[in-house]
Amino acid sequence: MADLLDLTAIEMLAALERGETTSRDLVAASLQRIDALDGRVRAFLSLRPEKALAEAQAADARRAAGEPLGPLAGIPVAVKDNMCTADGLPTTCASRILADFRAPYDAAVVSALRGAGAVIVGKTNLDEFAMGSSTENSGFGPTRNPWDLDRVPGGSSGGSAAAVAARMVPVALGSDTGGSIRLPASLCGVVGLKPTYGRVSRYGLVAYASSLDQIGPFARTAEDAALMLQVVAGHDPRDATSVDRGVPDYLAAVCGADVKGLRIGVPKEFFGEGLDAEVERLVRAAVSACQDAGATVREVSLPHTAYAIETYYLVATAEASSNLARYDGVHYGHRSAEHGDMIDMYCRSRAEGFGDEVKRRIMLGTFALSSGYYDAYYLKALKVRRLIKQDFDAVFAQVDCVVGPTSPTAAFRFGEKTADPLSMYLSDIYTISANLATIPGLSVPCGFTVAGLPVGLQVMSDIFTEGRLLGIAAVVGQATGARHRQPPLLDTLAGGKGVAR
Amino acid sequence: MSDRTVQTVVGMEVHVQLKTRTKLFCSCETRFGDVPNSHVCPVCLGMPGVLPVMNREAYRLAVMTALALGCRLAERTKWDRKHYYYPDLPKNFQISQYDMPLGEHGHLEIETPDGDRKKIRILRVHLEEDAGKLTHAEGGGNASEVDLNRTGTPLMEIVSQPDLRSVDEVRAYCTGLRQLVTYLGVSEANMQMGHMRFEPNINLRITEDGGTAATPIVELKNLNSFRAVERAVAFEERRQLDEWDEGRLTLEQAGKVTRGWNDDTGETFVQRQKEEAHDYRYFPEPDLVVVEPEVEWIEGIRAELPELPLAKKDRFVRDFGLSDYDAGVLTAHIEMARYYERVAELSDAPKAAANWVTQGLLREINARGETFYREAVAITKREYDKAEDAIADVAEVMGPQFMQLAPHLVVSAEKLAELVSAVEAGTVNKQAGDKVLKGMIETGRPAAEIIEAEGLAQTSDTAELEKWIEEAIAANPGPAADVRAGKKKALGRIMGHIMKASRGKANPRVVTELLEKKLAP
Repeated sequence: MADLLDLTAIEMLAALERGETTSRDLVAASLQRIDALDGRVRAFLSLRPEKALAEAQAADARRAAGEPLGPLAGIPVAVKDNMCTADGLPTTCASRILADFRAPYDAAVVSALRGAGAVIVGKTNLDEFAMGSSTENSGFGPTRNPWDLDRVPGGSSGGSAAAVAARMVPVALGSDTGGSIRLPASLCGVVGLKPTYGRVSRYGLVAYASSLDQIGPFARTAEDAALMLQVVAGHDPRDATSVDRGVPDYLAAVCGADVKGLRIGVPKEFFGEGLDAEVERLVRAAVSACQDAGATVREVSLPHTAYAIETYYLVATAEASSNLARYDGVHYGHRSAEHGDMIDMYCRSRAEGFGDEVKRRIMLGTFALSSGYYDAYYLKALKVRRLIKQDFDAVFAQVDCVVGPTSPTAAFRFGEKTADPLSMYLSDIYTISANLATIPGLSVPCGFTVAGLPVGLQVMSDIFTEGRLLGIAAVVGQATGARHRQPPLLDTLAGGKGVAR
Repeated sequence: MSDRTVQTVVGMEVHVQLKTRTKLFCSCETRFGDVPNSHVCPVCLGMPGVLPVMNREAYRLAVMTALALGCRLAERTKWDRKHYYYPDLPKNFQISQYDMPLGEHGHLEIETPDGDRKKIRILRVHLEEDAGKLTHAEGGGNASEVDLNRTGTPLMEIVSQPDLRSVDEVRAYCTGLRQLVTYLGVSEANMQMGHMRFEPNINLRITEDGGTAATPIVELKNLNSFRAVERAVAFEERRQLDEWDEGRLTLEQAGKVTRGWNDDTGETFVQRQKEEAHDYRYFPEPDLVVVEPEVEWIEGIRAELPELPLAKKDRFVRDFGLSDYDAGVLTAHIEMARYYERVAELSDAPKAAANWVTQGLLREINARGETFYREAVAITKREYDKAEDAIADVAEVMGPQFMQLAPHLVVSAEKLAELVSAVEAGTVNKQAGDKVLKGMIETGRPAAEIIEAEGLAQTSDTAELEKWIEEAIAANPGPAADVRAGKKKALGRIMGHIMKASRGKANPRVVTELLEKKLAP
């Protein structure tokens, strides 16, 4: 039998259904792969092998007994370590300030995964509190890109993207505040979807920027991403910003999808200065492929794109400065061993617990909200945010989606951008607008650079049209065949790939 | 020294704890006095990843209050975060309403002790969550203990314009507000439990030498009783005048300062000034959505507003012929007002009912004091089912005053109405009625039973009365002669004799008639 981990989640489910494999074998294979590769990739911050195997066996038993099974029954999955889990695994957000934090509750998405029968094998690395574009800001060391271990996987959900790319798990969850799903998906050569704001409950997602954060799936195929979204989407009364609106059948939207008659807009602002020529070539080729498949393509304009980065770094940091105020060493989390009075305890605990990028954003946000600056910065940013949203509204009156590059470059080397935060911020230049506009955005692999690095195509569409994005991703996936290429790292596995016994 | 006038100017900020079963943004119970940190959950503990969900009932109670205060209701309100670091605030921000309060531009009509009425303008009414409680443990070194049971409890803040001009007015405003929220049933308004917290802003407007100046505004923090408010405002009036005499410091020069109140010394004191002015960095709470109450919903609440205290008082005076004083006593507390109205209705004798409640029942309750209250609570606990247990629990915490708030637990309105009717119908006389009431309080038996058992029923039997009258005239020849001589006042002595001899059974009206005939000049 072929390597179990080469199967997509949907193929795994079919194999389980046919009795060709067991959940125990799938989970064991996943754990073996992690064991074999994660010393180099470092996608995971924590693992739960015994519990995962026990859950897999329980799933097998239910399947054997003919009991009703959830849509992800027995499938190994990973979740980003900023989603709370009540089963004893820490929830660290890759921050030393929460190094020992164990949540007494499951995030809504974690409950949904468990309810669907998924087996969580572990929690994945990220930039501390999801603040970053390379996973280099993790308080526990960076994740490496499975396509080139000298390069970053993108961030902030770099661990989940790398875990799926290295076929440790077929699917994983990440969170996206300014591109944190789509950017690592692009750099790691997998599908990543940021749903419409309010589509997925944020309950139990440790907040970075509340009005922008959204959870979404990583997968190697659009079909798997659809399956995951189906499980986690929906209204949650515990999240006042989650939208009470029916969840469509995403898998149906993907299966047999085509792009005939699809009106594609190509924003001219996404092909300007800073875009790598090789990336541009691959992206344009993917657009042409869609055109060949029957889509119409026209150039559109999103004039306020130029202000997206600045707007984002005011709105997101303002909210972050508030959301992260609670980590003070008083009630939980890191408390400085040595301190004088209360204020000193706050200062030392936070100084020791937070990394540089988190501190930088807290300071930016605190400044933006300060009396005398609020109108000029935060309030103005909200106004520009509305203009960016209006840009999209205007464009979506003419086209069904806009496409462009997910990232200006393919994966960059470690340390390449850490010395200059602004250059790092520019990695998100194409992804940030979707968060500000609350619309869904997806990255799908559309080819490889000469150096063998994956490149992602970003597709965005109007709110609550995730099914359309997934359908386009399926077509692009078919057209480019990018999904069939695997990281050379997998060829290095001793004795071939970890075949389950 | 030249002539001068000094005008006190006070505006009030009052926090009222709303009577909801659960907290403002989570489903933890709002209970007072339980084991520390026993009513907490990830949401009110401010743990990572949790989100607030608005308590609709709290919003409804605040809207009801705003309507009763005649406020303009916002069509659209939002929540804001107010940031400051303190261990009793787990998120290090408080969810409040900053620039879009749910109600604005209302008024509260107050009545001063000399009966003057005045409308105090209300600037705004908004909702916010309470913080927890810090205990600086004795002998605990520099450690403090944090109890987060109160964290997230719904608080309504009511801010008045600086319309109050005297200590009397301040007191009338505070008590009026308490009366209002208890009438509306939006708060238990228990002062001992800290359900109402007052922050007066006070300064003086001094006119002398042809000019007028204002002293610096002092915000007084953390006043938990009417008495403390009164004393603190009175103290500030004197202190600010002294300060003025010493240095002529004006509002323009010094702005606003915060002072605390020491209840033991009876003085206000300068609170440690923060190194920098507080910047709360307000911004809209992104985890909550904008609130846009439907007009029908608001109108539904408006339609259900109960009669307000002063309106009720006026009606008692107008319709029942009560004195202003009695009407005031009977409307001071909603429970008392309800009780009285029930007695009045059942006995169909509002005026007499008022006397029996104020002169009879209240006097008995007050006379019996603390011990009686303890017994009554104990009996209540034994005799009533679970729902009443809750009342008894509240009573336990509130102390003796509770018996005045819950007179029905001493003698039910139905029972007291029977007594009022019996007296009105002449079945017993007033004196015997007093005895019956005592018996009712002590034994819980209905009036009719006591009258029967004690043989207190009045007699109008002429033969029987004649016997007592003859005896009384014989025993009081002097007064009898006086009456015959036209001095009607002397009748009292004879009546007293008859009442004593009949042990209160003689019907005074009939006796008077008979006596007047017998002793006609």
